[in-house]
Amino acid sequence: MDTVKLTINGIEVEAPAGSTIIQAANLAGIKIPSLCYLKDLNEIGACRICMVEVKGAKGLVASCVYPVNEGMEVWTNTQKVRDARKMTLELLLSNHRMECLTCRRSGTCELQDLAHDFGIDKVRFQTEKMEPQIEDSALHLVRDNSKCVLCRRCVAACAAQGVGVIGCNERGFQTEIGSPFGRGLVETACISCGQCIVNCPTGALTERDDTGKVWAALADETKHVVIATAPSVRAGLGECFGMPIGTNVEGKMVAAMRRMGFDGVFDVDTAADFTIIEEGTELLERIKNGGVLPLITSCSPGWIRYAEQYHPDFLPNISSCKSPQGMFGGLMKTYYAEKMGIDPKDMVVVSVMPCTAKKYEIKRPDMQGAPGYQDIDISITTRELGEMIKRSGLNFTALPDEAFDPIFGIASGAADIFGASGGVMEAALRTVSSILAGEENAPLEFHEVRGLESVKEATYELPGKTVRVAVVSGTKNAGALLDAVRAGEKEYDFIEVMCCPGGCINGGGQPYVPAEIKNFVDYRSLRAKALYDEDAGKELRKSHHNPIVQEVYAEYLGEWGGEKAHHILHTTYQAQPKYRL
Amino acid sequence: MNFVRAHVLVCTGTGCSSAGADGIISAFEEQLKKNGLDEEVRVVKTGCLGLCAKGPNVVVYPEGVYYNYVSAEDVPEIVEEHLLKGRPVTRLIHGDAEDASKATNLTDTAFYKDQVRIALRNCGVINPEDIDEYIAYDGYAALAKVLTEMTPQQVIDEIKASGLKGRGGAGFPTGLKWQFAANSPGPVKYACCNADEGDPGAFMDRSVLEGDPHSVLEAMTIAGYAIGATEGYIYVRAEYPIAVERLKKALEQSHEYGFLGKNIFGTDFSFDIGIRLGSGAFVCGEETALMVSIEGKRGEPRCRPPYPAVKGLFGKPTILNNVETYANVCWIINHGAEAYAALGTEGSKGTKVFALGGKINNTGLVEIPMGTPLRQIIEEIGGGVPNGKKFKAVQTGGPSGACIPASQIDVPIDYENLTRIGAMMGSGGMIVLDEDDCMVDIAKFFLQFTVDESCGKCSPCRIGIKRMYDILDRITAGQGTLEDLDTLEELAAHIKGNALCGLGQTAPNPVLSTLKNFKDEYVAHVVEKRCPAGSCKALLNYTIDPAKCKGCSACSRVCPADAISGVVRSPFVIDQSKCIKCGSCMEKCKFGAISKG
Repeated sequence: MDTVKLTINGIEVEAPAGSTIIQAANLAGIKIPSLCYLKDLNEIGACRICMVEVKGAKGLVASCVYPVNEGMEVWTNTQKVRDARKMTLELLLSNHRMECLTCRRSGTCELQDLAHDFGIDKVRFQTEKMEPQIEDSALHLVRDNSKCVLCRRCVAACAAQGVGVIGCNERGFQTEIGSPFGRGLVETACISCGQCIVNCPTGALTERDDTGKVWAALADETKHVVIATAPSVRAGLGECFGMPIGTNVEGKMVAAMRRMGFDGVFDVDTAADFTIIEEGTELLERIKNGGVLPLITSCSPGWIRYAEQYHPDFLPNISSCKSPQGMFGGLMKTYYAEKMGIDPKDMVVVSVMPCTAKKYEIKRPDMQGAPGYQDIDISITTRELGEMIKRSGLNFTALPDEAFDPIFGIASGAADIFGASGGVMEAALRTVSSILAGEENAPLEFHEVRGLESVKEATYELPGKTVRVAVVSGTKNAGALLDAVRAGEKEYDFIEVMCCPGGCINGGGQPYVPAEIKNFVDYRSLRAKALYDEDAGKELRKSHHNPIVQEVYAEYLGEWGGEKAHHILHTTYQAQPKYRL
Repeated sequence: MNFVRAHVLVCTGTGCSSAGADGIISAFEEQLKKNGLDEEVRVVKTGCLGLCAKGPNVVVYPEGVYYNYVSAEDVPEIVEEHLLKGRPVTRLIHGDAEDASKATNLTDTAFYKDQVRIALRNCGVINPEDIDEYIAYDGYAALAKVLTEMTPQQVIDEIKASGLKGRGGAGFPTGLKWQFAANSPGPVKYACCNADEGDPGAFMDRSVLEGDPHSVLEAMTIAGYAIGATEGYIYVRAEYPIAVERLKKALEQSHEYGFLGKNIFGTDFSFDIGIRLGSGAFVCGEETALMVSIEGKRGEPRCRPPYPAVKGLFGKPTILNNVETYANVCWIINHGAEAYAALGTEGSKGTKVFALGGKINNTGLVEIPMGTPLRQIIEEIGGGVPNGKKFKAVQTGGPSGACIPASQIDVPIDYENLTRIGAMMGSGGMIVLDEDDCMVDIAKFFLQFTVDESCGKCSPCRIGIKRMYDILDRITAGQGTLEDLDTLEELAAHIKGNALCGLGQTAPNPVLSTLKNFKDEYVAHVVEKRCPAGSCKALLNYTIDPAKCKGCSACSRVCPADAISGVVRSPFVIDQSKCIKCGSCMEKCKFGAISKG
């Protein structure tokens, strides 16, 4: 690789040619603050916080976009630079509803951190009285433009998903983030993925706060309240408590939820094993009976919403399986309710998801395993669970490790890895290959489909069938892959699609990672590793070996992919218009 | 070929068109026919002659008699007296002709005689909608010469040698810009034209497009050849309907004649031009924003580098020149770089078009050699300040520009001198201010403009300029403090050094230059709570001098706010709490008893 030599604050740095100053500075261990910069995603030089001095340049330059040159002399910490950053921050704060104490992002707000770091003790400029500017038409999100700094990370994240339903309206001082013509987000083709939220540096974008509903349910003695967590939650939740990225906190998480008073503390991973049974059966049937191929996974509601609006011609390809969340809820209100002798109307089923689209998914019409009862009553994000644990007065890091309630708390390693892009594919391949090739001949690990690349392809020779698979994450990438399939350029039998780049471990409901870390630390791989490590450490690594799965089919559901399973574990899709004007 | 003994040139620029040029043309055609002159006198619709404030303008050749304020009703008289009997209609002849009874030639007027028209050479001379007239005035000769006799590098060298600098505002050497783009490798490049003229009061680009559209198309084609581009776009304001219409016609005609399209002049060179309409955002005149807008996105600047010469429109090497810059190119090719460089000063060659406006008698466009003293522009060409008022300053360079105080009136106008005195050329708007203009208010006016026109992308511009505006608003309302003046300077320096694009970086200039040259006015506002120019309403008080007041009650009758009361034949009094400071009373008073201050 070509490199260039430059000096930053007098330190000699060798950086790859084409790097920007901020990247070169990182190599030298020099931190340059920024609000808008997201590597590879939002490189627009808009916030002007990352300004540095470059010898010979006119004025300060934005280090996030300014390329390094041989012999360049950069200064990132001069009085001039500090004054400039402070003034820009002061200006931003003069147009910000500074009610930090009552802001959900207090403590995780990047603007608040910068204001503190730069010692801003007053804002000189007279400000208009700022009122909240709330847009909350969508189920999953609340936007408050009175806290927006117009960094446009959300706009970039949305565009990177191939969705692009938000942008800047008006101009100058009146500029604000919104949907075209100022319409509500619910009127757009938003897929509810929450990538805008998870990339917002301030309290301008947050998920709809559903914790109040959970507290109310817990306080209602007439309700049987159960909770279950998705695979990725255990790989992220620790970050809410200052633990290193990639710490698997399953045991403490279970202990915390139990202490909060839930009547059942379950694992959505268990439901993920059911997903593999049903989806694997569906794949084998389609292959055997000449059904529509490629089969495409259906675990990710953001992806489902994307497909319904952007690629409705592929709806017949999508597995009719509910997502693990849906299967979990369906089984709770049927199998579990019967087994425990509880009327589903007295149950409150709470899911904890790394995802904001799940808040939308639970309201989908065909998500009622027990007719008349929504499978999941409340879906909260990993972050919301973190907030609830804090509010419960629990010392999270000191909690003992506990196990999920056994009635729905045993999961295979295959289910654990659902949270990483490629995990569902690998889990399915473990079961499908076991069925086709026999347990002894089936490989346990499928490394070709692991990793953070946006598209991964592999071909597996199984008895009687060559299975061509693709794994894609990020809806924009998925759209491009489908375009290639549609055009006949690519042929597959089975495709895994995850809405969020890298899979659920990077979902819109996961803990915030400040840009200064996100830009330079591979946090997605660290979180994914937590799941792969859990899988590798287990005896039980194939979904169809899960004793709960075996028991529930034997006692209750009947055959795999059978009629009862279909009633409870499957759903339907409808093409949706992109514009609802 | 018919013998035509006289030509009637009717200006059909935007100003004269809106003042009724079309009706004048039909009146001429009708009257000429009626008098049997339609075979020997030809009516030509032309572009702008420059003196827009006195339009509709008509020139009658061969004498070159220059008529102002012509109306359709005047036409029978012009036809019968001037064209039939040879007696020019003196009452309509341009005002500065000392002896109006003589048929003053256009070129002898004070307004025109010192002008050197290169960019505007065909404006007001040819019919812009007729390519043959353009060809008759050396049109497309430069392109023919370039394509058949010159290499691309020779073209670039010629432009470099001419010393031509970008006329859009920044004054970057045009030849160098072309060289950079020519040096950028790649099969796809673009040669584009910035016709998104947006500075308040500037309309030279509109005038060129309306009066001589082919000169721009020809120059763009030459630029395309020089840098190795095969395509170009003109980004023109949708608010310039006449310019757009004439550009479209010109494009059609030049295609028809083979001056655009495939294998121009039978050579291997092919070039085509598309028109893209801007929707009124000032920032789209900034080059990167303009390109982003052509790409169909929200028009906002992006950070440079990479510069457009390397990575411009659609990510390809691109040059973008302003209309007036292009309007000089063919002349340079035809007359040689040396002839062009012979005009002007050491650092600034050729001519520059200025749009004179504000408190000046001859409002309009003038093209003068670089280095012409400001005094000559204001007092001679511009005809001075009207109503005997005192010249105070001239604002140049639009919202990015500065105010040149009266003390600098002898400065020769070129890029270097303007920069030296803290002003800038900008696109060439010159707004003349007199003693009634408050400099704080002027600064506030321009800041209001940039507050409205900032794209909102970068924080210093989006918020900083608004905060500067807030402070000026307080000062003009009498609520400013001396500390505010320091804060203004601090903010101005911050925005200049930190804003993303030229719009933001230069937006504080009107404040900085007025603070520098007219600090006493700011101080009067904040310390004495007084507006020396008597312009800031909040600081004004109208009072009646009881010694002079006759008690006629005229003031109280005209007051729209019922603020004046009194008993007839004894002095009246203004209730300051009710007064809306409209000044009607002062105008009405016959005894000079009312004063403001």
